Amino acid sequence: MAWLVVRLAISLSLLYTASAVFEDQVGKFDWREQFIGKVRFALFDTHSQASKKLLVATDKNVFASLNSRTGDLFWRHVDKTGPEGHIDALLMYGQDAVVVVGNGRLLRSWETTVGGLKWEAVLDTGSFQAAALIGVQDFVKYVAVLKKSAISLHDLSSGSQIWVENLPDSDTVQYQTIYSGGNGLVFVLGFVPSSHIVIVEYKIEDGEIMKKKSVEAAWMSSLENSCAVISSGNLLCVDQTTQSLYTLPLQSAEHTEMRQIHLQTLDLEVASGFQPVLTSTQPNPAQPPLAEFFLQLSPDHHILLQLKDDLIAPLRDFNPSYLAAFATSGEKTVAAVMTPKNDTACSINLFSADTGRRHLDTTIIYHMDPNGGKPNRLYVHAFLKKDDSVGYRVMVQTEDLTLTFLQQPGRVVWMREEALADVVTMEMVDLPLTGTQAELEGEFGKKADGLLPMVLKRLSSQFILLQAWMAHLWKLFYDARKPRSSVKNEVTIDTLSRDEFNLQKMMVMVTASGKLFGIDSKSGTVLWKQYLEDIKPDSIFKLIVQRTTAHFPHPPQCTLLIKDKDTGLGSLYVFNPIFGKKSHISVPALPRPVLQTLLLPVIDQDYAKVLLLIDDQYKVTAFPSTKNVLQQLQDTASSVFFYLVDSSQGKLSGFRLRMDLSTELIWEVVIPTEVQKIVAVKGKRANEHVHSQGRVMGDRSVLYKYLNPNLLAVITESTDIHQERSFVGIFLIDGVTGRIVHEAVQRKARGPVHFVHSENWLVYVYWNSKFRRNEFSVLELFEGAELYNSTVFSSLDRPHPPQVLQQSYIFPAPISTLEATLTEKGITSRHLLVGLPSGSILSLPKMFLDPRRPELISEQSREENLIPYAPEMPIRTEWFINYNQTVSRVRGIYTAPSGLESTCLVVVYGLDIYQTRVFPSKQFDVLKDDYDYVLISSVLFGLFFATMISKRLAEVKLLNRAWR
Amino acid sequence: MATIRVFSLILSVLSIITLLWTQSGECNNGRRLGDAVDTDFSGFSVPLEHSFEIDDVPRFRLRGALQFRGGRENGVYLAQNQLSEKDRNTMKDVAAVDGLYRIRVPRVSLQVDRQTEKQSEGYITAFVRACSLVESHLSDVITLHTDVSGNVIGISIVTIPGSCRGIEVEDEVDLEVFNTTISVVAPVTAPVPETAPYIERMDQEMEKKGKNPQEQKSFFAKYWMYIVPLVLFLMMSGAQDQSGGGGGAGGGAGNGGGR
Repeated sequence: MAWLVVRLAISLSLLYTASAVFEDQVGKFDWREQFIGKVRFALFDTHSQASKKLLVATDKNVFASLNSRTGDLFWRHVDKTGPEGHIDALLMYGQDAVVVVGNGRLLRSWETTVGGLKWEAVLDTGSFQAAALIGVQDFVKYVAVLKKSAISLHDLSSGSQIWVENLPDSDTVQYQTIYSGGNGLVFVLGFVPSSHIVIVEYKIEDGEIMKKKSVEAAWMSSLENSCAVISSGNLLCVDQTTQSLYTLPLQSAEHTEMRQIHLQTLDLEVASGFQPVLTSTQPNPAQPPLAEFFLQLSPDHHILLQLKDDLIAPLRDFNPSYLAAFATSGEKTVAAVMTPKNDTACSINLFSADTGRRHLDTTIIYHMDPNGGKPNRLYVHAFLKKDDSVGYRVMVQTEDLTLTFLQQPGRVVWMREEALADVVTMEMVDLPLTGTQAELEGEFGKKADGLLPMVLKRLSSQFILLQAWMAHLWKLFYDARKPRSSVKNEVTIDTLSRDEFNLQKMMVMVTASGKLFGIDSKSGTVLWKQYLEDIKPDSIFKLIVQRTTAHFPHPPQCTLLIKDKDTGLGSLYVFNPIFGKKSHISVPALPRPVLQTLLLPVIDQDYAKVLLLIDDQYKVTAFPSTKNVLQQLQDTASSVFFYLVDSSQGKLSGFRLRMDLSTELIWEVVIPTEVQKIVAVKGKRANEHVHSQGRVMGDRSVLYKYLNPNLLAVITESTDIHQERSFVGIFLIDGVTGRIVHEAVQRKARGPVHFVHSENWLVYVYWNSKFRRNEFSVLELFEGAELYNSTVFSSLDRPHPPQVLQQSYIFPAPISTLEATLTEKGITSRHLLVGLPSGSILSLPKMFLDPRRPELISEQSREENLIPYAPEMPIRTEWFINYNQTVSRVRGIYTAPSGLESTCLVVVYGLDIYQTRVFPSKQFDVLKDDYDYVLISSVLFGLFFATMISKRLAEVKLLNRAWR
Repeated sequence: MATIRVFSLILSVLSIITLLWTQSGECNNGRRLGDAVDTDFSGFSVPLEHSFEIDDVPRFRLRGALQFRGGRENGVYLAQNQLSEKDRNTMKDVAAVDGLYRIRVPRVSLQVDRQTEKQSEGYITAFVRACSLVESHLSDVITLHTDVSGNVIGISIVTIPGSCRGIEVEDEVDLEVFNTTISVVAPVTAPVPETAPYIERMDQEMEKKGKNPQEQKSFFAKYWMYIVPLVLFLMMSGAQDQSGGGGGAGGGAGNGGGR
């Protein structure tokens, strides 16, 4: 019987927590954007005229097909992260795309229409050098892969290896390129630095070495970047130091050295310090490349040259020009060149490759985004028009990873912001009030100027409000008549305003490339973007909201701290998060590396919170640093504490602010690095509210929570990684006093540790190396049955250590990230949001992670609604908040409260971005969508009339009785 | 050289301790005197230093010596000086300006065998507000935290009570002797998922079920003999009164649809 009750309790509790999205709610308040990353290879499908496919391979190890008309994804394959999934080469022929993955580990062929894998071949080990399609008699049949010491030929239709041959003298010669002109031979080109070039000739059928020769080339430093094969097997190289071009016919036996052509004879000169680049084109792998090629002499100087009868002749000089690219359609090959027009625009023109003549009416004007970066890649899609002239479209990639697809005469067909594939940090900011609300607010903000003007102003603002309300009513009425799908509110930066429940917010996202985005959380529309130039890769970003939208007429203010990874030197960028405009506030110079930042609740006269920056000499810089702020800082200095973490020495230290903005060391904890190293330190979120101070137990007594806002969770991992001796250390340290509140070790455990620290609990996930599984552990801190000081919490006055309860559970899945939901007042029960590597986001009720879950069920535990302990954590499919909208490579989850207590806004970012709302305790403060208003109002009216009538009847009856 | 220094350090500390005993003949951590005398010096000791200055620049002086006993249960014992007249006055002055009372110990390993191999470098420090120490009449609780291999990683000091209410401490005697509770805390081993007891419990349930099938039967299985005739009876009566039953069913369906 007891077991039945237990089961009943479990199922009831599950019923209570179970919540999933209904089918008709899909896409109503959630959206997903999919990204691909920085494009490394892009190929247009020129197989058929109507084809819309654009194949791309990116630095995020993504191989995808885009619709070139809309920019949407047809399909996308996300490979492993890191070098294992790195895409080395992308080749395309007809319907097949051949990809070399993982430094030449795998060779794959994809069907481009639906993105299905046709075949996969595992290659021999060896670092990848080059890959090329090989054609025989106008028909491409093979693909050749060049490794450091071997070359292999594979059949294009089946992937089977035709032959593999070792390269001669591969320990001294660096082989870097393959060339085949479709005449039954494969040339492998290698070189010995500063000595000679080696050319090996293979027969396609069996891999027999036909010829091998070496040619003197003492100036050679790299084959790959400075050489190209043009015009029926002529090797062409360019050298900066000798300012010369060198040519060599690959097949002829008599040439033993390269012919030198001084650039001076062509009236050309390579810019000093610039490595010249040769660009040739081979439209069909089964035929030799064209005789025309581009030579880039400086970052903005290209020249189109032609090799004819062993002579090099310039066809057209493009000075200045940013980018140049070849494209082929049918038999015609064209060259597109981007030249600067003025400060904000570039023009792209088409030239015929064989003559260098400009095609008429082919100009595309490309407007550069003033908040974006410079264009750095140009991909051209040429096609034949009905009148047999060549039309084209271009895709431009800029430094800030924006892909822009343009067509004549400069219309932007689509745009993709690929910087968003690498979001580093984000914040959500409330939207500003509407104009009328702001008007009313402004009235209170201003100084009074007489009675009559005040009355008039009040009347006028009331009138404006009335007007706005009427307009709103009219709009509601108007919209109600239209079908629901056609009502679409376009969000623009001008129509931004806060909604009734503050569900729509501005997402400020910082990406690794240094581009900032402002995205509307309701629709996912990018409202503003700002590219910060000169940001070093791998910089550390910290985004701080200094002033929220609540202080009209002061605009909200965000501050981004950008820290160089190597030097630690930082800089501040202050901007308005709603409009993305850079603020004109003077920012302090930071000449020394910044160790720590601290946002104080102290506000200046403009309602901006004070940001303290601590440098490596423990000096404090305040921002803003007005007189008012400094005065306030002096007053509160003795209660401003901060901590520093030096994980290389295992040292945690606490400092206190002094009046003169210097600091003093007050505590020190040293965790020896020989035993364990600190991997993460996390405090609690500053905007978190805890509604209840304690938990009501089964016997009606209260167990008070230990709610220390200064508590830090420090996670360490052992240096010993043997599976029996490795451990994960958990330290709970008070950030003010340095007191170690709790110290625990999880034995036989290993990282990576993910954890959430909130309220009075800490949840962490680790890898159990003994049982080889992921485990969750929850720590809860309680003060006990009595509070020490119920009015205020002070770290300096809390002598009794808290009671610590802990329990662990098995989690039957690997996890990528962990976060907890957050609501306005903290009344709603908490859920944990678990990002799984599969791309699903699991909303796990905190109820299941409760160290008070009893082993044996009792009357009291039932009273408290505790679920009996079970070692394994359940995963229910209805807990996946993103149903089938998986998020690739989840990096982080951001949660923000909304105006509704039941609702928490969630943004998941990784390769994709997903935004949704979660209702951990269901929508207790919202009427359902299908709420029956008619029924409830008819019942109400019915009851009302019934009372009226019965009252009348009762009166009549009373009167009659009185008469009797 | 290093070993000599350690040796001399230990010697000096020991001499202080012995000096203390001869002077005061009392130990302040609640142990009986005889207990202390019985102690053999198989353990080792480290100095506990404190600092309380008006200008808040730490100048550490010796407060006492922490005597660790080797062995399993990290026993610790603190022998400490009385506060001198001058110290008492400084303490009161520091408390008046809300200064800090700091303590520190060198970084050591509590495992005796490691003592010789590693010379401590640096200190670990903690603080408490001087006023709370004064108001609590020098009643403090010092906790030393160690890591898994016995290295001291942190020290904490709290006073009981911990508040600063501005109560004037008149009696000089209250500030003479520390009333210290000292302990060493090693990390607790965090629990792992308890599968074995759970499985055991499940087995017990199953066993119970197997032993006493009558009791474990479900409600329906137990009372089917009553339910089936009832249902049959209802169906029969429903068939007889077709029109009334149909109307009722229709009403039911209507209600269901309304929800």
